[in-house]
Amino acid sequence: MSLMTEITIFVLAVFVGFEVISKVPTTLHTPLMSQTNAIHGIVMLGGLIVVGYADDPLEYVIGTIAIAFGTINVVGGFMVTDRMLGMFSRKPKPKGGADK
Amino acid sequence: MIEAVLKPGGDAATALYIVAFSLFIVGIKQGTHPTTAKRGNLIAAGGMAIAVVTTLLLDGIGNWGLIAIGLGIGTAVGVIASIRVQMTEMPQMVALYNGVGGGAVALIAWSEIRHGISLGEEIPLDTLIPVLFAGVVGSVSFWGSNIAFAKLQDLIPTRPLAVPGQQVINALLLIGIVAACVDIAVNNSDPSQGIFIAVLIAAALLGNLVVLPIGGADMPVVISLLNAFTGLSAAAAGFALDNVALIVAGTLVGSSGTILTLEMATAMNRSVGNILFAGFGGAPAGGAAVSGEERPHVSIGAQDAAIKLAYADSVVIVPGYGLAVAQAQHAIKEVADELEKRGVTVNYAIHPVAGRMPGHMNVLLAEADVPYEQLREMEEINPEMQRTDVAVVVGANDVTNPAAKNDPDSPIAGMPIIEVSEAQQVIVIKRSLSPGFAGIDNDLFYEPNTSMLFADAKQAAADIAAEIQQL
Repeated sequence: MSLMTEITIFVLAVFVGFEVISKVPTTLHTPLMSQTNAIHGIVMLGGLIVVGYADDPLEYVIGTIAIAFGTINVVGGFMVTDRMLGMFSRKPKPKGGADK
Repeated sequence: MIEAVLKPGGDAATALYIVAFSLFIVGIKQGTHPTTAKRGNLIAAGGMAIAVVTTLLLDGIGNWGLIAIGLGIGTAVGVIASIRVQMTEMPQMVALYNGVGGGAVALIAWSEIRHGISLGEEIPLDTLIPVLFAGVVGSVSFWGSNIAFAKLQDLIPTRPLAVPGQQVINALLLIGIVAACVDIAVNNSDPSQGIFIAVLIAAALLGNLVVLPIGGADMPVVISLLNAFTGLSAAAAGFALDNVALIVAGTLVGSSGTILTLEMATAMNRSVGNILFAGFGGAPAGGAAVSGEERPHVSIGAQDAAIKLAYADSVVIVPGYGLAVAQAQHAIKEVADELEKRGVTVNYAIHPVAGRMPGHMNVLLAEADVPYEQLREMEEINPEMQRTDVAVVVGANDVTNPAAKNDPDSPIAGMPIIEVSEAQQVIVIKRSLSPGFAGIDNDLFYEPNTSMLFADAKQAAADIAAEIQQL
């Protein structure tokens, strides 16, 4: 991919990102942050790639830690977001005493 | 042995990456409403699964044992952390995730440099410059986030810790980092790994020094900003590795962090630069500091508060971080339940910086089973304040101070507030008349329609709920 193609993608992604994320209500900003943490875990792809061409012990260690760090973000991020959003989508309990 | 089926940079791999980042965007888009957000999160997770599997199928992926170790450790830590974390600890968790994310990027950048050097060829600048950027920003984010975590976890003092001449040291570090990066880029036929490691260390120092002087009240901004940094560093890694999924995903995270940073700064009526480089406490040195003498105020007990609330038509609860500190969310929800049983309309007015991170208070109340329809944003609830019979302020202070609107000389002048003083009556549940983070007196406490209930938030809420039941 040429540098200019990558810059094009980057600039368009900036606009898409601002457009989509500015519509997320304040109420959901904490789940948004943990979800973007999870999406940031995509850097584990970089870890997978560099471990592939690692050929000395230091590079093995660096790459493995990078994979582990990225995986923490992905797994922990998506799971904790799911847990939080479960609290928001919970059905309100039937209000027994409300209509007497 | 698994056969490599996809060529790196080939059409098939790129197409799958495009599917993956499209799912991220769809996932975030679904996050605009509480009822669809959970599904959106799963969609985004599906996109991630596609991205990871695609990468594992690339030609050149190897050292499967190490990959298994990395995935295993990461999964175990992630699962345990996400199950165990308390909702009050979400800011710490996000800070840590920002940190490990930035750390991963810095390590990948280091590995890329080593790989480039070992090939013995000239490293093209369109790879080298993003690698340098990723290394610096990743390292700053890693160390800055660790400090933010330590402050939030009370491992180190949350008050601003300033080193004399700090601005100068930071500036010198930054200049040194840029100079070293230029040196590496100029010598791109044979870059020095030693200088690169020095750059990582200098960036680590910078990360520490920038976050250490920032006070606890400014943490929402810091966490958001570090979030934006990690996103940008991931996008830079994408440029270096020619990986479109990383570029788009990193940019999305960067945009999100940037939007949240600006929103938090606006909610505190301060510029990002001021927060980063001025440390709170330095700012409000002017005449509006707390005056020593006691001003007249009305003090009431739980029973009076219960009567005021029970015979109201509409009640707005204004929670602040003090509510979370006192763990009073559930007790407050009980008061609301008792009131609703009597036909009182109850809403919650949430200031953008009510918690320790963006949207934190909403999560804490959602955990206490408060329906999201009752969680109202500041702009939305302020026009309704005049029609509100009783506003109850619990553990909030500066965000209700009418001086922000009325006194142009106040240090918080212009800061958007929840206009509780517009309500017919105000009850403030607070331990004492002491000032909040901004260190200034709150005029609200001395207004004629304000009653102070001096107590611990949790105890007071429990007492009020019991009193309402008795009525």
